[in-house]
Amino acid sequence: MKVTQGQFSFLPDLSEGEIKMQVEYALNNGWAVGIEYTADPHPRNVYWSMYGNPMFDLRDPAGVMMELDACRAENPGKYIKLVAFDSKKGWESVRMSFMVQRPAFEPGFELVRQEGAGRTVRYSLRSHSTSAAPQPESAL
Amino acid sequence: MDQVADVKITDMKERYRSGVLKYKQMGYWEPDYEPKDTDVLAVFRITPQDGVDPDEAAAAVAGESSTATWTVVWTDRLTDCEYYRAKAYKVEPVPGQPGQWFAYIAYDLDLFEEGSISNLTASIIGNVFGFKPLKALRLEDMRIPPHYLKTFQGPATGIVVERERLNCFGRPLLGATMKPKLGLSGRNYGRVVYEALKGGLDFTKDDENINSQPFMHWRDRYLYCMEGVSKAEAETGEVKGTYLNVTAGTMEDMYERAEFARDLGSVIIMIDLVIGYTAIQSMAKWARKNDMILHLHRAGHSTYTRQKNHGVSFRVIAKWMRMAGVDHIHAGTVVGKLEGDPAVISGIYDTCRSSFVHKDLTRGLFFDQPWASLKQMMPVASGGIHAGQMHQLLTYLGEDVVLQFGGGTIGHPDGIQAGAIANRVALETMVKARNEGRDIWNEGPQILSEAAKWCRPLRAALDTWKDVTFNYASTDSVDYVPTPTAAS
Repeated sequence: MKVTQGQFSFLPDLSEGEIKMQVEYALNNGWAVGIEYTADPHPRNVYWSMYGNPMFDLRDPAGVMMELDACRAENPGKYIKLVAFDSKKGWESVRMSFMVQRPAFEPGFELVRQEGAGRTVRYSLRSHSTSAAPQPESAL
Repeated sequence: MDQVADVKITDMKERYRSGVLKYKQMGYWEPDYEPKDTDVLAVFRITPQDGVDPDEAAAAVAGESSTATWTVVWTDRLTDCEYYRAKAYKVEPVPGQPGQWFAYIAYDLDLFEEGSISNLTASIIGNVFGFKPLKALRLEDMRIPPHYLKTFQGPATGIVVERERLNCFGRPLLGATMKPKLGLSGRNYGRVVYEALKGGLDFTKDDENINSQPFMHWRDRYLYCMEGVSKAEAETGEVKGTYLNVTAGTMEDMYERAEFARDLGSVIIMIDLVIGYTAIQSMAKWARKNDMILHLHRAGHSTYTRQKNHGVSFRVIAKWMRMAGVDHIHAGTVVGKLEGDPAVISGIYDTCRSSFVHKDLTRGLFFDQPWASLKQMMPVASGGIHAGQMHQLLTYLGEDVVLQFGGGTIGHPDGIQAGAIANRVALETMVKARNEGRDIWNEGPQILSEAAKWCRPLRAALDTWKDVTFNYASTDSVDYVPTPTAAS
C-alpha cells in the first residue's frame, strides 16, 4: 500500500528541483521548514522524530536541501517529510507538509475490529511496521 | 392632531400625547448620531411604499426592531427610553436601484442578551420584515462589536485545529456528498463512503435530508459509514471523516445521534440550518465538549438570502453562524450550479475566515468587523463543481476550503474511486503549480492536461465534464460596481 498523507502523495515523486521550489515557496512566505522522519506512519502518530529544529533563520532553500540529504543518508528506508511552520498570530501551526522519502515496501496497517453490543465496532489501526516485530526505540 | 414638524419632538408633553406619531417624530431618526464602539450596527436595504420618505422608513425599521409600537405609549416614560431606542443614523440611495435605500441603524449593546443568536435575531429580524409601510426589506450586513462577540463561543474547533486533527495542511480538503441522496440502504450507502474515501477524498457527507427514513435508519447508516471510514483509513494511512447528519425532530434525538457518532469514532458530525439558531448553539457547545468538528449544511437559506430586495444576506447568516459556533459552512462555489457572484462570495469567505474583515462595499462588506479571536470557520464549496475547474476554484476560494465534488466523484465513468483519484490529482497538481509560481488562472487547463497524460482517471473526468458550466447572471450581486460573472 501507499501512505498518501501530505500535500503531494498522489503525484509522481517530486524531483530535487521540485522539492526545492516548494521549499522556496515556504521560505518566501516567512515559514520555517523542518524535516521529520519515522518508521511508523500511523495516521495518529503526530510526533515524528525531528531532524533538528525547524530552520527558523534559514533563507536559502539550498540549506534545507543539504539537511534533507543528510537526513536521508542517516535514515534510509524510512518516511521523511518536510513541514513548514507559520508563527503568525491566528495560525501558529503547520502550513505545508509533504513526503520526500518513503520505504520501497510500505507495510501498511491492520484494521482491528473489536465487536461490541448492538452491532457496534471499535476500530483501531495497527502499524505493521511496529507490530510485526518490536524494534529498538532508535529505529522509530 | 396639530400639525407638528416632521422631526424628533423634544417637548415631552407633546411627544407623549396619546395617538400616532411618525417614527421620526418619536426619535428613531438621528442623523447626527455617532455610533459607539459598543453598538451593534445593521444596514438594511429598504424599499419604502410609494409616498413614504426614506428617512421615515429607516426610522420605522429602527423603531420596529427595537422599542417602538405603532402608537405612543406613556409607559415609555418609566424607562430610559432614549437609551433603548435604536437610532437610524444614515440613509443612502442604492446605486442604480431607484426606490431603494441603504439604512444604517445603531443598537445599544444592552438591547441584547449575551451569547444568544436567537435573542439578537428576534430583535433585528423579528417583526420588522412584514411591516406594511415597506414594500421590501433586506438585512445586508451587521457590525458586531467585540464586546458582544466575546459572549459567544465561536467555532467549536476552527480551521487550524481541524487541520491539526486531520493531519492535512497546505491544500484544500476534498469531500463529496453521497448520491443518490435518498433511497440507498445503509449497507449500500457505506459502500459509496468507502469507495470515495479510499480513492482519495478526505471527507464524505450525508445530504441535508438524510436523517432517519424508512429506507435507512440512522444507526444503520452510522455503523456502515464508520466501517467504510475506518477501512479507508487503514488502506491509505490518512485520517478520514464522514459528516454524519444528526438532524432530528428533537434535541434529545440529536444528542443521542451525536453521542453514537462520537462513540463509533467519527471525527465530524453535521447539522442542518433548519434546526434553528438555539439548536445550532447547543450542538456547537456539545461539539466543543466532545472534540467534534461541526459541519453545517445551510438547508433552506435561499428562501431568504437570494433575492436582493428582501430577506437576509448570506454574509449575515455566515456571521451569525461563526458566532453560534459551527466549524464548516456551505458558502458558495462561484463556478458551480448554485447562486454565487464572485465579489459577494469573496466577502462571505472573508467573513468566515479572516481575523479582521475590512469594509469593502464592492464585496458587500459594509463595516470593519474585528473577530476578537473567535476561531475561523471553514467554508465549503459544494454543488456542480468538477476537476476541470480546479484552477478557478483554487484562485477564487483559496486553500482553506472544503471542495465537495458529489456528482463530480460518484458520476465518474470509471467508478467512484477513479472519480476521487481524478479530483485529488487535479487538486495536488494545481497546488503544486501555484506554489511553483505558475499562473494557474491562465495555464490551469494546460496544467490539468499535463497531469492527465499520466493519470487516466483525470483524463476521463476532463473529457466527461469539459463543457459543463453554469454561467448564469447572479441574482445576489453587489450594487457598487458592475457585476463580473464567473465566465472563464
